[in-house]
Amino acid sequence: MGGPEIDRLIGLLAKLPGLGPRSARRAALKMLQQPDTRMLPLASALAEAARAVKPCASCGNLDSRDPCFICADLHRDRTTICVVESVGDLWALERASVHRGLYHILGGTLSALAGISPDDLNIPPLLARAGDGTVREVILALGATVDGATTMHWLADRLRPLGVNVTRIAQGMPMGGALDVLDDGTLAAALRARRPS
Amino acid sequence: MSEAAARRLLRLTLTDFRNYPALLWRPETAISVIVGPNGSGKTNLLEAASLLVPGRGLRGARVADLLRQGASGAGDWAVAGRFAGPDGEFDIGTGTLPEGSPDAQANRRVFRLNGAPPRSQAEIASLLAAIWLTPQMERLFQEAASGRRRFLDRLVFALEPGHAREVASYEAAMANRNRLLAEARGDPAWLAGLEDGMARHGVAASAARAGLVARLNAALAEGVAAPFPAAYMTLICPIAEQLRAAPALEVEEWLRDGLAGGRAQDRQAGAARLGAHRADMGLADAASGIPAQLASTGQQKALLIGVVLGHAALIATARGAPPMLLLDEPAVHLDADHRAALCAALRRLGGPTLVTGTDAEAYAGLRDEAGFWACAASGLEPLAA
Ligand SMILES: [Zn+2]
Repeated sequence: MGGPEIDRLIGLLAKLPGLGPRSARRAALKMLQQPDTRMLPLASALAEAARAVKPCASCGNLDSRDPCFICADLHRDRTTICVVESVGDLWALERASVHRGLYHILGGTLSALAGISPDDLNIPPLLARAGDGTVREVILALGATVDGATTMHWLADRLRPLGVNVTRIAQGMPMGGALDVLDDGTLAAALRARRPS
Repeated sequence: MSEAAARRLLRLTLTDFRNYPALLWRPETAISVIVGPNGSGKTNLLEAASLLVPGRGLRGARVADLLRQGASGAGDWAVAGRFAGPDGEFDIGTGTLPEGSPDAQANRRVFRLNGAPPRSQAEIASLLAAIWLTPQMERLFQEAASGRRRFLDRLVFALEPGHAREVASYEAAMANRNRLLAEARGDPAWLAGLEDGMARHGVAASAARAGLVARLNAALAEGVAAPFPAAYMTLICPIAEQLRAAPALEVEEWLRDGLAGGRAQDRQAGAARLGAHRADMGLADAASGIPAQLASTGQQKALLIGVVLGHAALIATARGAPPMLLLDEPAVHLDADHRAALCAALRRLGGPTLVTGTDAEAYAGLRDEAGFWACAASGLEPLAA
């Protein structure tokens, strides 16, 4: 179309989740038509976020501060950690304001078929936190998939000897559903109805 | 239990599906008889309808194989059905999406309900139940247990849409366990987590299978499929056997222990020797006790039709409406009396029904009620009476 710069832009946009080639072309065109108001602010926001945002060394959340704003918030209940698969799940739980404690981002779930083993997950910091004497309950809030359930089983096995209460959120998630796609009411109910693991 | 809402198929459209570049067909009656020579595309039409419920359809085909040979355009196929339900019409669509679409996945088909993505496949299954009978099933009792298990699971799924998820979850947990054992990555807690999944989903699936077998046998014993011989179905499965004597949680524990104790042997064998995937289904003539594998082809066919009719009656009672019935060449191997009985049974059930045959005469008993269509590569034409 209009030279390699535009093709490269569209190619990069099309790789983003939720965008295909057609929406990438539309987004690129919109930006190119208004470079000063849309494109340059976006470019600098992207560069700034890429430079500043890092995973929290304690919980794995993404933030420009480390520890992140949740780990640093002294008003939160520091005796409870909610373990989720991804930052998207943390965002969903925070949007619904259903969890007052801290979080831990696992970064995936165990899958022998996909070659994801315990070594590939953010597990050692979780075990360290759970065993620090402050934490009394670890809530496992992974999706109700086979991989999610297997991972919760594995984690419960490692966490229980540390003397913490291990619970998991209620079953009944939609098929293959990540927490992120659940509505707030369902999330709150699932978290309230957690049971011993 | 959800109510199967589809009362009638009003419209079926096919796009680049099997031999059809484009087909728009409006059946005018609940029952349609599709007549044509072999290779005219009758079975493809039934297969298209079978894909309007979740699963792999009546041929168990891979998604990529459903695309018409030589299809132009983006290389995507689609099937859509419009149904009349108790609260008005609704549309179920399925097919592949062009690469790059937001929810496109390679070799996956997607569903649409009234043009929008459904919340889950179970939502589709709650609206439409479908059951089919094909000439290939005449070899059901000569071939491997996996075919009989699939046949049984299809019957369970039509009654309880959640069954598909239990079976898929069970198989996913088992596939992961097989891989872990093969790679000899000895993390006992990881294996235990997978065995826990196999136990929970395996016991749930087995309980659903056992429940279906009991209800079907009860319905058939009442004569719902008469004059087709009452079949007696058995589930050959150690888990189901345990469930007869112990509560489900205890059976889960038993299966977990059995799997944990069998790791070494399973690693050697390359497969789990215990579990829901080892189940088999047996069928016998309830009156004579003759098992299906020893019966003649005609007797087997009559037994299977009895099972399908009994199952349809069961669904009609349990879910408020009969399932969509897709019967490919059901009259072959049937004598004149049984052909007439089949026609009478289909009239009684009255759900969306597609029947194929090479000659219309076999379905004379449907003459007043069904629409008769001639099937050709170019499409469907009303068949003159
Ligand atoms: Zn943090």
